[in-house]
Amino acid sequence: MTTALDPIDRAIVNTLQGGFPVCERPFAEAAHGLGIGEAEMIARIRRLREDGVLSRFGPMYNADRFGGHNTLVAMAVPAERFDEVAAVVNAFPEVAHNYARAHSLNMWFVVAADSRATVDRVLTEVQERTGLPVYDMPKEREFHVGLRIEA
Amino acid sequence: MTLDEVDRRIIVATQDGLPLVARPYHAVAEEVGVPPVEVMERMERMLDAGVIRRIGAVPNHYALGYRFNGMTVWDVADEDVAEAGERLTAAGFVSHCYQRPRMPPAWPYNLFAMIHARDEVTAGSLVVDLARRLNGLSRSHMVLFSTRILKKTGLRLS
Repeated sequence: MTTALDPIDRAIVNTLQGGFPVCERPFAEAAHGLGIGEAEMIARIRRLREDGVLSRFGPMYNADRFGGHNTLVAMAVPAERFDEVAAVVNAFPEVAHNYARAHSLNMWFVVAADSRATVDRVLTEVQERTGLPVYDMPKEREFHVGLRIEA
Repeated sequence: MTLDEVDRRIIVATQDGLPLVARPYHAVAEEVGVPPVEVMERMERMLDAGVIRRIGAVPNHYALGYRFNGMTVWDVADEDVAEAGERLTAAGFVSHCYQRPRMPPAWPYNLFAMIHARDEVTAGSLVVDLARRLNGLSRSHMVLFSTRILKKTGLRLS
């Protein structure tokens, strides 16, 4: 379902993944660099949002800096219990995302909360409700990336 | 940096995105109840402090055709992790890179790097590229492709 993007859409996606100005008329300023007007810029971003090409447009916050805690958790879930366990895990609002992956550790999810105590409570409850061990792998160090994904 | 109540209100008002209007920071200011110039100053400050990583378009990898999401994992001696992490991110196509604790004996890997590709062949070649960059530093590695997204929401502040 790759949406048809014209060259200006691609330029918006490829050049505006950061550096959007903080000023009174930022869309006008950003539009200027692409040779379009402010209203067209806003309309295109709105359409890219509605079509799902962009999941968001705005600031990307670094949750670590809010005093939040998060960890990556892995579980080895028997195939016949996979959906049941996924439902238990996903029901926690503290679970931000959860992926099935091809490995004996086949379920990988991120638990994020405002305290380590809340993260620990979620992990304990997941273990109690599923009877399965969890592997808790909090980040020890982050390497910064400036990824730009090409449209 | 310490965030105060006004900063938190700005975060809550913008974490789903900026209003798509000609004066978006003015619209945020109205919602938060402070002058526009203060919203802009505070957002600049949060950018400088790294509370805001960046401002702009957040593409949906899937919608752009990047369906092959691979978690590459590496077993690197603790004293080499800093060097290895630098080499992985220098590749330019890694979206996240973290050191995490090993879970022996089930899990010997301590360095994680996410890659995204439009097809399996490309994804495989990205892993080979990373392995070459880590030449000598990584004792073993593997890549775990996602087979299904079970849940995906952003990190939220309420």
